[in-house]
Amino acid sequence: MSVLSITSLSYAYPEGGGRLAVRDVSLDIEPGEFVVLAGGSGSGKSTLLRASSGLVPHFHGGTFTGTVIVGGMDTRGHGPAEIAAVAGTLFQDPETQVVMGTVRAELAFPLENRGWSGAAVARGVEEAALALGIAGLLDRPTHELSGGELQRVALGAALAARPALVLLDEPTSQLDPVAGDELLGVLRRLNEEWGTAVVLAEHRLERCLGAADRVVALRDGAIACDADPRAFLDWAGAQAPELQTPGARLFSLAGLGPAPVAVKDARWTLRRSIPGFAARGGSAPHPGPAVQPSRAALRRARRETEHLERVRLDGVWVEHREGPVALRGASLSLAAGETVALMGRNGAGKSTLLRVAAGLQDPTRGKVSKAGRVALLLQHPGDYFVRERVGDELSDERLAAAGLAHLAERHPRDLSGGERQRLALAIVLGGDEPPSVVALDEPTRGMDRARKAGLVIELRRLAAEDIAVVVATHDAEFAAALASRTVLLGDGVVVADAGTDEVLGGGWYFATQTARILGGAPLLPEQGAEVLRELMAAGEPDGAPAPIHPEWAKP
Amino acid sequence: MTYRRRSSPLHAARAAIASLWCVAVSGVALGLGHPAVLLALFGAVLVAGRLARVGREVARGALFAVPFGVLIALVNALVVREGVTVLLALGELPPFGQIDVTLEGLTYGAVFGLQAIVVVTCFALHSAAVDPDDLLRAFRRISFRSALTAALATRMVPVLARDARRLADAQRCRPDAPAPRVAVLRAVATGALDRAADVAATLEVRGYGAARRPGRVVRPWSRHDAGFAVSLIAVVALAVAAAIWDLAPFEAYPRVSGAWNADVAIVAGALVAAALAPFADRRGIGRR
Repeated sequence: MSVLSITSLSYAYPEGGGRLAVRDVSLDIEPGEFVVLAGGSGSGKSTLLRASSGLVPHFHGGTFTGTVIVGGMDTRGHGPAEIAAVAGTLFQDPETQVVMGTVRAELAFPLENRGWSGAAVARGVEEAALALGIAGLLDRPTHELSGGELQRVALGAALAARPALVLLDEPTSQLDPVAGDELLGVLRRLNEEWGTAVVLAEHRLERCLGAADRVVALRDGAIACDADPRAFLDWAGAQAPELQTPGARLFSLAGLGPAPVAVKDARWTLRRSIPGFAARGGSAPHPGPAVQPSRAALRRARRETEHLERVRLDGVWVEHREGPVALRGASLSLAAGETVALMGRNGAGKSTLLRVAAGLQDPTRGKVSKAGRVALLLQHPGDYFVRERVGDELSDERLAAAGLAHLAERHPRDLSGGERQRLALAIVLGGDEPPSVVALDEPTRGMDRARKAGLVIELRRLAAEDIAVVVATHDAEFAAALASRTVLLGDGVVVADAGTDEVLGGGWYFATQTARILGGAPLLPEQGAEVLRELMAAGEPDGAPAPIHPEWAKP
Repeated sequence: MTYRRRSSPLHAARAAIASLWCVAVSGVALGLGHPAVLLALFGAVLVAGRLARVGREVARGALFAVPFGVLIALVNALVVREGVTVLLALGELPPFGQIDVTLEGLTYGAVFGLQAIVVVTCFALHSAAVDPDDLLRAFRRISFRSALTAALATRMVPVLARDARRLADAQRCRPDAPAPRVAVLRAVATGALDRAADVAATLEVRGYGAARRPGRVVRPWSRHDAGFAVSLIAVVALAVAAAIWDLAPFEAYPRVSGAWNADVAIVAGALVAAALAPFADRRGIGRR
């Protein structure tokens, strides 16, 4: 029997003006299946998950037709609390998914709600904690946990009662690559060892396709493709290029096939298809040259670019009162027209660095010098809106310049994610004094590929106007597409500051999928495909290798 | 709100007992109005905070309460028409009418203010040293939903405070004139509603809507459970005895009168000793 069976489901939110968020969806998920839900923003992934957990229609209201049967329970007759016994649910934001004060209480909460005995609760908590590797956190207060830890605790709470199905709505969107990979590893283990069926909505498909048995792609609320990962990638190549993984795009541009589901898969195909790739042992990433330039080189570079410098941080420390050290003598200089990506784990100091540069936070030590204003777009664009009309947030002239004039009468909260971000960006770029630096903190969280591409174009346009652009991001693909230079922070210290090719080409976690496949730069599928084509053209049947150099990737 | 498990006897005691101990000390402060006893209790709560390794949090609570205490004293002096020792005749002051500041009114207000300070300081100690989840578990057999609401409110305070800080930061990033405060407040309130809706959805998918009355969990009494239980009984018993035998009399009206003798000192000293005695036992106080 299917653990989740959806038949002819159509649904419209009460405030949606009758627009169907999900239309005529039929889907069966078998026990132990790992299913990835793909689709752009607003395609219906979250709604489908909410319908599967019973929140639609019980919590959200709206117009609902069709049937959703979860673990034998029809959601029309059983609410989300009853469905929770067979389906655990995890949303995007870890902050609002943890309701108790300690990890132990959080894991115990769903078990206690089911009336389990004290001994059974204690056992369930211990087992869930061990399975998810959070036993060491059990007595920690939840407000002290990092985003990654919180998300694992929330997953633990969703799984504590050993449900047969777990529904996850972009659980890694707010996590750094390391924490995101760890969470996906946990899901994979749950699926393989416990036989838990997993339905995972995710934008960064390259991270999870390797674990998936099946991919369901949604478009405008309807199922556009339901196939195994390889067939899905073939379909995406022909029908929905925005859903292609970088690896699949690399192969399709290079004229190779079949589309790889994961990095290992891609390397295996390349080794078999291109003798030159096999001969250079392409599977080992380049350690790369020392990415920290020498002091002399730094001094020289500084002298050369001094007149272009827009902001400079020299040995900046930020030590929170009764708290941790966020920055430990970090130095950074941004020149006019430069595009810089700031990367590092959660808590590495990226946001703090941007806040210091923008004057939102004072350093406890060190010096900040600026030539002009630093416009800072924080992580939540919605925080910039306090008025009831978009037209009240910005003058007509600026709205028109941002291409948002047609939205003037709308409430800012009713805008789509992309529109919100454009409005917030227009707000921080406004003012009497144009900015010399634009800083964006995690602008791609929860964004689909199409919106990311739009943002890259927008930021490049700003850089072309001699504005320095700096973006704190976890998204290596986005960084590679935008930035000419990447700064890697670790524990408040700049650990690498070099060209993006160099930093992201030699990384393991902080690397694009193309770089992982090719074992170093180039970073983007377009550049990688060029290299592969050259390798294929140069490669001899007897195996004479054509070396891949980072220089080849330069546009 | 500020709870963090520390190695202290108060943290090691079960939440229900630790909570009742804090309530008992507050109750005694409200029941006994002698300034010397109140000052002793205030000192005891501060020392208890230090011994529970939450001295800073408790001191912060006390500092927060002092302006309110002073305000209570001043307002009482201005609005109460009792007392015979006039210190200041302010004459007719609309809308209050004839205002005479009396020594008795001022004294009563000061005692009342001191009581408020002790209660707030006790609450600060409670927040810092009593595990809210353990407390919820203790009370959910009585009223599950009320207990959960209280726990959630506690959990949401720092979340909403963070949201408000974020919003304030975003407003500081705007290059134009700052938005009116009313608009910012409205945005904060709307954001709080969004957060509440998210948390409500989480509660639903954790099975809260179908929650059953939990089974009774038998947990053996630790030495610290017993120690604080005896302490709170002793504190309450001392207060009752002092009230019955009038060992620490104090009246503000019509004229300030009270005993300042050995009995009062013994009552104050005994209360402090009874309250702080369980902190002497340092065995088994570490984190799990």
